[in-house]
Amino acid sequence: MSFLSVAYAVLFYVAIAIFVIGLAYRINKYARTPAPLKIPTMPAPTTRGGVVLRLGREVVFFESLFKATKWTWLFGWLFHFSLLLAFFRHLRYALTPDSFLWPLVSLEVVQSFGKYAGLGMVVGLLGLLGRRIFVDRVRYISAPSDYLMLLLLIGIAGSGLSMTFISHTDIVTLKGFVLGLFYFDPQPLPTHPLLITHLTLVALLLIIFPISKLLHAPGLFFSPTRNQVDNARDKRHLAPWAAKLDTTGGNQ
Amino acid sequence: MADFEIPPLREYPIIPHIKEGSMEGISPFVAKPDHNQPLGFPGELVENWHDVAINKMGDLLGRYRSFQVYLDSCVKCGACTDKCHYFLGSQDPKNMPVGRQDLLRSVYRRYFTFAGKYFPKLVGARDLTKEVLDDWYSYFHQCSQCRRCSVFCPYGIDTAEISMAAREILDSVGVGQKYCNEIIAKVYKIGNNLGLPEPALRMTLEDLEEEIFEDTGVKVRLPLDEEGADILLITPSADFFAEPHIDGLVGYAKVFHEAGVSWTLSSYASEAANFSMFIGSYENMKKQAERIRKAALDLGVKRIVHGECGHAWRVAYSFWNTLAGVGHGADANDKYAQELQQRLDPNYPVPQHICEFTWDMIQKNQLNIDKSANDHRVLTFHDSCNVARASRMGDDPGGQFTIPRNVIKAVCNNYVDMPADTIKAATFCCGGGGGLLTDDLMEVRVKGAQPRMEALHSVVEDSGVTNMAAICAICKSQFTKVLPYYKMPMDMIVSVHQLVSDALILTGQGEQSEEAEETAEQEDA
Repeated sequence: MSFLSVAYAVLFYVAIAIFVIGLAYRINKYARTPAPLKIPTMPAPTTRGGVVLRLGREVVFFESLFKATKWTWLFGWLFHFSLLLAFFRHLRYALTPDSFLWPLVSLEVVQSFGKYAGLGMVVGLLGLLGRRIFVDRVRYISAPSDYLMLLLLIGIAGSGLSMTFISHTDIVTLKGFVLGLFYFDPQPLPTHPLLITHLTLVALLLIIFPISKLLHAPGLFFSPTRNQVDNARDKRHLAPWAAKLDTTGGNQ
Repeated sequence: MADFEIPPLREYPIIPHIKEGSMEGISPFVAKPDHNQPLGFPGELVENWHDVAINKMGDLLGRYRSFQVYLDSCVKCGACTDKCHYFLGSQDPKNMPVGRQDLLRSVYRRYFTFAGKYFPKLVGARDLTKEVLDDWYSYFHQCSQCRRCSVFCPYGIDTAEISMAAREILDSVGVGQKYCNEIIAKVYKIGNNLGLPEPALRMTLEDLEEEIFEDTGVKVRLPLDEEGADILLITPSADFFAEPHIDGLVGYAKVFHEAGVSWTLSSYASEAANFSMFIGSYENMKKQAERIRKAALDLGVKRIVHGECGHAWRVAYSFWNTLAGVGHGADANDKYAQELQQRLDPNYPVPQHICEFTWDMIQKNQLNIDKSANDHRVLTFHDSCNVARASRMGDDPGGQFTIPRNVIKAVCNNYVDMPADTIKAATFCCGGGGGLLTDDLMEVRVKGAQPRMEALHSVVEDSGVTNMAAICAICKSQFTKVLPYYKMPMDMIVSVHQLVSDALILTGQGEQSEEAEETAEQEDA
């Protein structure tokens, strides 16, 4: 076993640990912080079921963004949807044929859609990058990290696409390496430069996820303007810290 | 007329280019110790303001999920950048919602995030300096907390939440805004924003009763502090003296009269407005809301109806139940809330908006309406931001849009809406909300009004609109002031219940007024 294989096995364990623990820490923080007031952006659903639908539309269709700006919606939605398709395609590198998901993952449609989804990612990301550079308002609000984040994702998509369309890596050995990670039984990693680039960037993405704006993913679910039910008149909503103030006021 | 450039009214609004620093340093007057201290804030800038501010930010991060989640979640996608009326009217990029948030987010990142602590340049993090604090004071008082940005943000980030938090941090270090804090102190002392004491209020109401009698020949009462009345009316104090607000108050009184209900105002709770929301202070907002609770308990009312006021209706609809148990559905063991709630009539919403009340009467055919009385007007309706995006009327989502329009259409023959992207959930703020309705912010108010003025102007040109109706005291005052800057008459703005009042024929009104006319004719002869 080469030093490289061991180093990347360690890298991925560390990256995944940071990703999972960091995200869990963040989600826990969001969940524990009270929302003392009813602030749904109205008109808002008056039932829990309605809220689930509202959030569902945000997650699946980016409803609010669609209302805001069609170009950003187009590029943003294309990128995220392509990312999802690419993710499905990648499951075959991490699943064995005895997995219950295998029949689904091995479908031709999942594999070929996933293949071209990489192109969708790049188109979407370049569109977003273009807006960041050429629209003066968006340029004004962009920090270096905002550009780097797009470049990182372009790098991931680009290196992945290159392995599909230009220079293949040894996919069987790669799968061995990935499954080895799952079973805590390190296996050799192919030393293909594109693969090494691809994996390095993915590990980097996992590491920065919990400390960056990528927190928008869990953030949406905890956004009080989107996840609250409009029922303030019918049900008293009270945060624990606010409830303590009730005793001091009242009938003065 | 103004020592600043008034933005032009364009036929087809386009998104302007940014003009950095165009509103730099424009700030409202700073509160004096007398204004700050009654609210529990330090009188003036404290010596260790830096540490106090950072600690306060930490405190708020732990108390408000919205603050924590919104500071983390922004991806700088730019969806909000062209949505704020202050940006559209001033082109200052710090008036773009994300630009405004970033004034505070950059400091949050520096002190509370890993990336900001170790790679500040990379993520746009910066230290809290006096210049940054001044920038906060300036630009967080160029936000009317109208929530238009929150409609379009893919994560629902609401700049109002950030701006309220920023103002609370500023208050905590002793840099309060004079306009808001002085007014809140006045409520604690006298009972309303204007500082109108009970005898003056009583006299005003008696004068109004006389006026209505002169106009209609019918005795319509405006009762004050009447124990045992069924309904307590809570309305903004501007309704007691300002135009066109007061015409709305006359409308409420006539509707109550025709409905045959017993109602009363309260001199102790003679104010619907709750400016503590603007400064983001939960404690002060609760203290103000508890005045309503106390008045309701003392007077023994069964229902609470709310007058035409935007932010106040947000506080009433969305927060009163939380703040003071004014509403329904408290837990059985919630003694504080139950004390009031078990006395309230479960058949009516608490609070109920006056438009809900009137629409109910219209549907039950209890009001005798002569629509032709408003035939000299072509109406449009300005959705006030807090009503549109932070409250509801009726049972269904969007009732806050349909019910006021239904009321207007029931009393007027000529009605047209302004362009679709400027009304309902996408409505543009009047430019004077959020505690900015003060003369020291006139430039901000005029520039912020531009998008609404453009939309209004377009229906004036295309459909001959003569009047714009509103259900918010701040909107009415703001438009009265800014319409002339855009070469439109100040009295274009009317109260919705002014229209109701003009079209409503009171029981017994016909005969007497004819008699009066005859007498007048005889006198002329």
